[in-house]
Amino acid sequence: MTDVAASPPGMLAAAWLVARKDLAIEFRTRTAFLSALVFALLGVTIFYFAWDATAVAASDLAPGVLWVIFTFAGLLGLQRSFGSELADRAVDGLLGAPISRESIYLGKALANLVFVSGILAVTIPAVVLFYNLPFGTGIAALAGIAALAAVGLVAVGTLFSAMAVNTRMAELLLPMLSLPFFVPVVMAAAQSSARLMAGRPVAEAWPWLRILVAFDIVFVTACTLAFPFTLDE
Amino acid sequence: MTSGQPSAPLTIPPQRDPLLGVALLGIAAVYVRALAFTPIEARQGAAQKIMYVHATSAFIALYVAFVLMAIASALYLWLKDEKLDRVAESAAEVGLCFTTVVLATGPIWGKTIWGAWWTWDARLTATLFLWFIIIAYLLLRGAVEERGRRARYSAVLGILASFLVPFIHLSVYLFRTLHPMPILLKPSAPSLPNEMLVTFLFSFAAFTLLFIALLRARYRMATLRDYLADREQERA
Repeated sequence: MTDVAASPPGMLAAAWLVARKDLAIEFRTRTAFLSALVFALLGVTIFYFAWDATAVAASDLAPGVLWVIFTFAGLLGLQRSFGSELADRAVDGLLGAPISRESIYLGKALANLVFVSGILAVTIPAVVLFYNLPFGTGIAALAGIAALAAVGLVAVGTLFSAMAVNTRMAELLLPMLSLPFFVPVVMAAAQSSARLMAGRPVAEAWPWLRILVAFDIVFVTACTLAFPFTLDE
Repeated sequence: MTSGQPSAPLTIPPQRDPLLGVALLGIAAVYVRALAFTPIEARQGAAQKIMYVHATSAFIALYVAFVLMAIASALYLWLKDEKLDRVAESAAEVGLCFTTVVLATGPIWGKTIWGAWWTWDARLTATLFLWFIIIAYLLLRGAVEERGRRARYSAVLGILASFLVPFIHLSVYLFRTLHPMPILLKPSAPSLPNEMLVTFLFSFAAFTLLFIALLRARYRMATLRDYLADREQERA
């Protein structure tokens, strides 16, 4: 075990260390997570009153609401991802560590993935409850779609968080940069989950799932490679 | 204007680009030809004439300006040459103008032919989001002070945006589509009557010249701005 401590960790091990650091900070304060969670739940309830419930069935509304809320709540978490490195230039500590830039990105993204998954884990049951969806239909499939969507969202959002935090209007710029990139994710997630929640066969949702998977592969790769360029030497 | 250090006054000769004049004359000529010497389309009537602005601008915005921005961005990250950053910046800004023209002329045409100003069709949506991304790109540039960092950030966004547009197109295509398929760039022969095709190609040449002229003017402005910034820094 002493050898491990002496030599720098491998890429994935280093990413895990970065993620654990971020999650430990989040777990001890819990402010960002609780705010994002309450925000998501408020969103779910407000959206219910934005439509005429007698004209549009709640079950038709639910997938759209879920993914829109998820996107905005995710942005709240992503904002904090690199925002927390600003104080006392904590980011210098990360950059000085004997780990690759790519593993910093993967670690940050992993922590964000846990963050948004945690939000989804509460928001999905809340949507099922408030919109009176038949519980049990395609919940497993929905969880799978949620995981795929979360990966794509976090991949792009983490990169833009690193960039936006060093600009003059970070709070505004992150949504402006990220939202166009969330469009295919939200569209594919909403379309495929709508079909599955309506009890349609998986084959009908398949073209959308393929888009989600392709998006994840392309953007996780591209953002991992692009991330080192967002750091100051 | 208090006790500033005396320094050689900076004079920048105004540059008149003859290409800009040629381009503007060409566009005027295209419209004379389109309105007076090109036959009226049988089913769409006079409304079809907007094609000579709409389709050419769309082609230049998407396949020239946006592609140039993406390529210049990628090359910048590789070669770290400030000139490439300025090319990307200029292409984005001029491309924004062309995309705005596309988005402004499209609804006018669409209302007459489809009966709706807007529809969430694959091409329309992709163009709209392209427009949003270019605006975000320019805002990002405005929000980063340090020049090297600004160039790196915007290059990263420029490259990622080029990956995104096909995804948006594909997802909306699965949704539904209404926009006509390409009539010019397709494997078989273009399905335009000869006179219309000539007007179209003429229009395409004129708008391409306009793009080049505007790009040059914008590039020159970026060069001067960076030069002035360097000069200021040296004096400080």
